[in-house]
Amino acid sequence: MNYLNEGLLWLNDPLNWTNPGGVLDRLGEHLLISALAVLVGCLVGWPVGVLLGHRGRGGAVIVTVSNLTLAVPTVALLTILPLTPIGFGKPPVVIALAVFAVPPLLANAYTGVRQIDRETIEAARGMGLSGGQILRRVELPLAVPYLAAGLRTASVQVVATAALASFVNGGGLGQIIAAGFGIGISNGGAGQIVAGGLAVAVLALLVEAVLAVVQRLATPRALRATAPRRRPAVTAGA
Amino acid sequence: MSLLAVPDGPGNPWFSWRYVNDNRETILSALSFHAEVTAQAVGLAVLVALPLAVLAYWVRPLTGPILALSGVLYTIPSLALLAFVAPLVGVTTRAAVLIALVLYALLMIIRNTLAGLEQVPPEAREAAQGMGYSRFGRLWRVELPLALPGIITGVRLATVSTVALVTVGALIGQGGLGDLILGGFRNNFYRAEIMTGTILCVGLALVLDLLLAGVGRLLTPWQRRVRA
Repeated sequence: MNYLNEGLLWLNDPLNWTNPGGVLDRLGEHLLISALAVLVGCLVGWPVGVLLGHRGRGGAVIVTVSNLTLAVPTVALLTILPLTPIGFGKPPVVIALAVFAVPPLLANAYTGVRQIDRETIEAARGMGLSGGQILRRVELPLAVPYLAAGLRTASVQVVATAALASFVNGGGLGQIIAAGFGIGISNGGAGQIVAGGLAVAVLALLVEAVLAVVQRLATPRALRATAPRRRPAVTAGA
Repeated sequence: MSLLAVPDGPGNPWFSWRYVNDNRETILSALSFHAEVTAQAVGLAVLVALPLAVLAYWVRPLTGPILALSGVLYTIPSLALLAFVAPLVGVTTRAAVLIALVLYALLMIIRNTLAGLEQVPPEAREAAQGMGYSRFGRLWRVELPLALPGIITGVRLATVSTVALVTVGALIGQGGLGDLILGGFRNNFYRAEIMTGTILCVGLALVLDLLLAGVGRLLTPWQRRVRA
């Protein structure tokens, strides 16, 4: 518990928050990188997932994609992408994180459309709606709770994984932990390591809590009983 | 040794056999360290997770708290777990990585084991009771075997993500193949080293996954008959 005290002591120093490269700077970087990555993930995962669900095929592809990304280490993508034509800076970090955001978004979008009662779709068709109209007016609104569930899983995961960006000097709260290890325990770096760990952990739990509320709000009251499970069993690690 | 091996001929290719040949021993020791840490982490996680899952299955009021606790541990980023554990057990020890990995793998095994136990048909449970099995006998002879597909799924998921997660240990020089990946990055962006580490890492995950899938098939012969 001694180290925990050191960590709280470190966090209690206002300069550690306001200095350049302090907690506030790193938090801003962390949130910016994560938001961009989730955005990119949504732009890719949602349309593809909804379309595959609408067509009713591609389930096997989705399972394969999510299993494959589970096996790829984040650290590897973070180090490989800057050496490709993408170059250094924020874009490779954002893309690396987005790659891991896509599977939960994709899978939930697909499930969200597939779980709709076939009778509902047939009723819509009987009312004379075209395929595109069914997609926009029936399937999308009914899939919203699942889209929200995917958003929650993906966001929590990206926020957690973004801590690893520090391995390639990509910024974010992980940088505080890395700097602490750089100082070393014997030189009093332990406080900073634990403080960085606390910051990252608290942020991940906060994002989880906030998005749980969002997910609940996005689910119409009548559907809450049948809403998607807390989280799908298949999620990649961070 | 690695100082001499920096640029491989002209340019900086993504893969080079020369690098692999020159550094065979480093690569092999990284690979075996990686496999060893993965096996230890998943093994320990199974030893902790199975009793917890059974407890959650037997004692209904504990189901929620056990799932919630492992969910929280899972949500905490691996790097943060490492940051909490490392100062306690010593920064450059393998134990730090191992503990963080075990905590992380728990959720997948507990959740899938519990799901497996819960889908044991009530008839099977009642029949076992009627045959006079005790609670433990029923668990050992009837419920756990029937829950095996769920358990295997959990262990496979945990193994694949643990293989990927070991690389995070590279931060404290205990990352196995992750040390190659990060080392290559720091060593003037030596692509061949990064790529070799990555390929072996993904390969190890796939091999272990297939291996466990095979074990699962051997352990549950009745499932094959149903499918055939």
